[in-house]
Amino acid sequence: MIAPDSLPRVLHGASGRPLTLAQHDEAFGPMPRTAPSLDLLEASGLTGRGGAAFPTARKARLIGDQRGHTKFMVVNAMEGEPAAHKDRTLISANPHLVLDGAQYLAGIIGARHVAVCVSRDDPIMVNHLQRAVHERDRHSARGVNFELHTPPWRYVAGEESALIHWLDDNESLPQYRPRRPHVLRIGHAPALVDNAETCAHVGLIARYGSDWFRRLGTPTSPGTALVSISGAVARPTVLEVALGVPVRTIIERAGADPDPQALLMGGYGGAWLDARHLDVAYSADALAPLGSSVGAGVIIVLPRTGCGIVETFRIARWMANESARQCGPCAFGLPAIAEDLARLVAGDSAGAGAAYDRLVDRCGAIEGRGACRHPDGVVRLVRSALRVFADHVEDHVRGRACAASRSNHHYSAVPTLEREEELIWE
Amino acid sequence: MGMRRRVGGFVLLVNPILCDGFGHCAELAPDLVHVDEWGYPVIVTEPVPLANLAALESARYAVRGCPRQALRIERVSDPH
Repeated sequence: MIAPDSLPRVLHGASGRPLTLAQHDEAFGPMPRTAPSLDLLEASGLTGRGGAAFPTARKARLIGDQRGHTKFMVVNAMEGEPAAHKDRTLISANPHLVLDGAQYLAGIIGARHVAVCVSRDDPIMVNHLQRAVHERDRHSARGVNFELHTPPWRYVAGEESALIHWLDDNESLPQYRPRRPHVLRIGHAPALVDNAETCAHVGLIARYGSDWFRRLGTPTSPGTALVSISGAVARPTVLEVALGVPVRTIIERAGADPDPQALLMGGYGGAWLDARHLDVAYSADALAPLGSSVGAGVIIVLPRTGCGIVETFRIARWMANESARQCGPCAFGLPAIAEDLARLVAGDSAGAGAAYDRLVDRCGAIEGRGACRHPDGVVRLVRSALRVFADHVEDHVRGRACAASRSNHHYSAVPTLEREEELIWE
Repeated sequence: MGMRRRVGGFVLLVNPILCDGFGHCAELAPDLVHVDEWGYPVIVTEPVPLANLAALESARYAVRGCPRQALRIERVSDPH
């Protein structure tokens, strides 16, 4: 048993290697033998840790209420965000905790199959999960059948409907869902998709109860969360923090620059947070009025020497490249936004003023017109950049491009574009 | 008979995955649809009352004229 107020929780017992099933049972105690209870999950108030922060119990109830005797539980450990490392850290420490939670959720919705999805581009994670699943098959798979699936890594491949599309039809493309909430199906069978970290929390709630879970965090967002911090930090790390602690405490724990310019919160579809608001609580409802969110638990620290517009441009260009090219507004709009940002970075000679106006128009034109939230994420990022770095944007528009925008030192980790010249569709 | 009360409204919805930006909808239902700079439809989001027969007619033309069959009309029980 982990003491209620102690950290870490899901990273408890982490060493260099993933815990074996025996070590895992010793560290966390056995799973209860009682039937999985949705009420327990509801009482815990757990919200999804994959980015949308949707209440896990509500989602489980929606799938549990669906008809049909075949159902699927899907564990999403794809980790599409290049700046996020939380699922990797979690699975390299406690893979069985994730599988425990998945098994519990499968019991709640009545699923006999659990699909664990991890990207094939990360062979170490695949190996860890393969071992864990194999170990379970030999020891204690009671009724639940674990399967490992390895879609290729893409930003949108981790989106839940794209993941289900992969499991259903081997295509990692998001699906059109006109009505929300939408029940995703593999064949005709409803599927519940939960992030790996969410499953790990469920594994703890099943063992220790909802009151134990609520001892950390705030009443509206209880529990702990994993945060991946990178940028101007001593060393990029994944920390487990109680929700509701000030953002300043988190970045201090990571050894970050104590006086940053801004923070990118949530991920590449997230929003910039002005450094004036560093003392805001790290929880969904405290960050929402500032136009920011916890998201997938990514924090990128941008120091005063950095240029937020350049970082935004690099991220937007990469996100444009990662579009699935299914919907016109995303396939054409995101490269257009990236090009406007490039002009803004270059300054007046490239027509920065006109680019700025176009950027504002295009953000409004693209929002909400894709099948998934990929374009909306980029729009949120760009809008927050124009708001947070307003003075700096003005300098660029006036043709006084900063020194940082001409340097080669960047703070956001963006994978190299494979085919940069192919940003325009077809 | 034949005198159904036309209460409520409708919205025209596009499936953005199917849509390839032919732009026929903007010509067939110019009051409901305009195209953005890349030729993809931007549709009015607030429900149109069903009593507006001209709009409903044009929406039906747009649905039937879409080469990709990406459009559909959805009834909304309460327009407000």
